[in-house]
Amino acid sequence: MAKEIKLLGTWASPFSHRIELALKLKGLQFQYLEEDLSNKSQLLLQSNPVHKKIPVLIHNGNPISESLLIMEYIDETWQHQNPLLPKDPYGRAAARFWAKFIDEKVLWTAFKAYNDKGKEQEDAIEEFSQQLKFLEEELKGKEYFGGERFGFVDIASFFILQFLRVLQEVKEAELMTEEKYPVLFEWMEKLQGNEVVAGCLPPREKHVAYVRARRAAAEEAASKTKAA
Amino acid sequence: MADQGEVKLLKTWSSLFGLRVVWALKLKGIPYESVDEDLTNKSDLLLQYNPVHTKVPVLIHNGKPICESLVILEYIDETWSQNPPSLLPQDPIQRASARFWAKFMDEKALPSMWQAFTKKGREQEEGLASIAEKLKLLEAELEGKKFFGGEEIGIPDFALGWLVNLVPVFEEILGLKIVDEERHPSLSEWSRRISDIRVIEESWPPRDKLVTKWAAIRDHFLATARASSG
Repeated sequence: MAKEIKLLGTWASPFSHRIELALKLKGLQFQYLEEDLSNKSQLLLQSNPVHKKIPVLIHNGNPISESLLIMEYIDETWQHQNPLLPKDPYGRAAARFWAKFIDEKVLWTAFKAYNDKGKEQEDAIEEFSQQLKFLEEELKGKEYFGGERFGFVDIASFFILQFLRVLQEVKEAELMTEEKYPVLFEWMEKLQGNEVVAGCLPPREKHVAYVRARRAAAEEAASKTKAA
Repeated sequence: MADQGEVKLLKTWSSLFGLRVVWALKLKGIPYESVDEDLTNKSDLLLQYNPVHTKVPVLIHNGKPICESLVILEYIDETWSQNPPSLLPQDPIQRASARFWAKFMDEKALPSMWQAFTKKGREQEEGLASIAEKLKLLEAELEGKKFFGGEEIGIPDFALGWLVNLVPVFEEILGLKIVDEERHPSLSEWSRRISDIRVIEESWPPRDKLVTKWAAIRDHFLATARASSG
């Protein structure tokens, strides 16, 4: 049974964590394969030839790529346990909207807010703050983004925000604080307290050290390009 | 037919994203009210119903807004599932594939086209190389199929609709060929098939207006680039 579902992922990627959690919530047995992104496996290159990225889910030999799409696939294929999306079309549209917002806006703005310099960084900080306000507003008065139970948007956003908190620690910045976003922080703590969710997170120190090393390498490469 | 409720679509006369929603509503036979926005002077309705992005298209169904064109298309498909055509296949693997390609068109193909169109010199060359590479992948994916989803038109075809009516406009303005019969036989055939669909063909914005609009956009981007390079 375990051979039917394979997950190609990396321990540090929030996109990978999403799929681990989705599979665990559905009570599914799966084989996890850790990829070395500096030396991508044949299986990864064959399964995701267009993007060559993780995560990839392989179900009965069929590969599915793009984490939000994988989550939709998992929800459609294993419908009965822990539904990730609501049944009604409007609720589904809202969930897809917010998940897209996280991936297409929040993540990229956050990178600029933490990593850029000068005016670009200032603008990004402003925009990131506005985006977090939208999330805070959306969550207000609810247990989870999904309502009474956590679902698609919670899974999509939790690991990304946790990753950004790691980046924030590395950059010694204070853009996301409990003071500014009490609702978001309470929700994050609630999810961290959930055993299944917490089990998908890497050890904090290891994650911080890894992101720190990657940022240092990226900054060195960037300054070499400038000097050249 | 079940009660549709009230359906309103906020778009612009030329928005390629708005067009997708028009096709879905028309193909499924869903009556709707169309509101063309002036994006230099956004209506209160738009700001109220899409506060996060303040963009079109926005579908308003019984007073509730849905934003982001691909999200709207899935909403239409799920809400009016009794109205053919289905915009996504039934099988989960094929659905995932259709969504994958729709995402690819928006996140990879369109930005490459944008770069090729709004830049000049080396940056433009990079954009042209990038769009050529994306078209090669799309050509390979389409080969042997009528539409990206197979026999029936669906979301990925809507997502690439701009290839059919906008790319010829870009080609005219740039004086370059981006899609051609020789390199892209399947895409060329697919383009003709899309244009043959009456509701799609009838909804194309007027070509001369598009040429004027997009030529001005290109001029604006080139002028901005000159200004910032000092």
